[in-house]
Amino acid sequence: MDSQEALPAEGSAPPQETPAPVRGFREEALYGLRAAVPLAVAVFGFAVSFGIVARAAGMGVLAPVVMSLTTFAGSAQFAAASVLGTGGGVAAAIVAAVLLNSRYLPIGISVAPAMTGGVVKRFLSAQLVVDESWAVGHIGNGRYSRGRLLGAGVLVYAAWVGGTAVGLLGAHYLGDPERFGLDVVSPVLFIALLKGQITSRKALAASILGVAIALALVPFASPGVPLIAATAACLLGLRK
Amino acid sequence: MTGLWLAVLLVGAVSMALKATGPVLLGGEELPAAMQRVVTLMAPTLLAALIATQMFGQGRSLVIDARAVGLVVGAFGVWRKWPTLLVVVLGAAATALTRLVTG
Repeated sequence: MDSQEALPAEGSAPPQETPAPVRGFREEALYGLRAAVPLAVAVFGFAVSFGIVARAAGMGVLAPVVMSLTTFAGSAQFAAASVLGTGGGVAAAIVAAVLLNSRYLPIGISVAPAMTGGVVKRFLSAQLVVDESWAVGHIGNGRYSRGRLLGAGVLVYAAWVGGTAVGLLGAHYLGDPERFGLDVVSPVLFIALLKGQITSRKALAASILGVAIALALVPFASPGVPLIAATAACLLGLRK
Repeated sequence: MTGLWLAVLLVGAVSMALKATGPVLLGGEELPAAMQRVVTLMAPTLLAALIATQMFGQGRSLVIDARAVGLVVGAFGVWRKWPTLLVVVLGAAATALTRLVTG
């Protein structure tokens, strides 16, 4: 409505036929926010359990909250909490976090063209790009909508930090999120998103290869490594 | 307890840096054509790999458990084009129910 020129103007010289977001930033952000609601529910559930786990690991109250505010990545935080809880060293916690979050390097590159503005703005916006918001923010053909990324990211961030606080305050009565099947919420939603993204035979081939690489490595590599290795399947794109 | 805070702050810094590298170094610029073709395959490839590892990975082993039941139900719903929220609730319920029954 009022901001129609705001978003499409980002790529000043559109190469190929890029599916530019048709709406303004605000509409895109609202779209992303709405699309992320079910994901946020699941994220909240896991954040609560992170809070409980962190408390049990003797991390106190402030440290887990700071971790959720800065790290904002579920698997890395669980890994760090369990390493620290079992008396592992600082180095081990950091290595686990690096491996588990290594996929954010290629993910960051994939969203880079959509990330406009100054360095500080890009740095801060990038913090909101996690698996869930990244999946929601994809508009096709490897293009991402900044509005959707940030709209979804803000909601997921709020759910993660809020859930951590609730867990730390001792919300044991909520129970284990797995009891409610919350651990299948993201994968099922990812299937719904994946369906719209397999738009070519090459995409299908890369997906199958990626799954094969990831599953083949699970028994042999540290958690996180199978995912970054799976992205090697994207090199199929080098062939025209 | 300084070790704890060192870990918290370093893990946070590392995670923030990993997320920010692409957008800070390449932000707002078009990627080279070959790179863009690689990136185009990332969403389907990484999503598929995430689904697979979240569903069948258990630490360093591969298992088929109650998660698979929810996944099958969810995949069926997606295939039948049911509303997304319904699909998610059914998938989660199927997994929860399987856990309840199999203890």
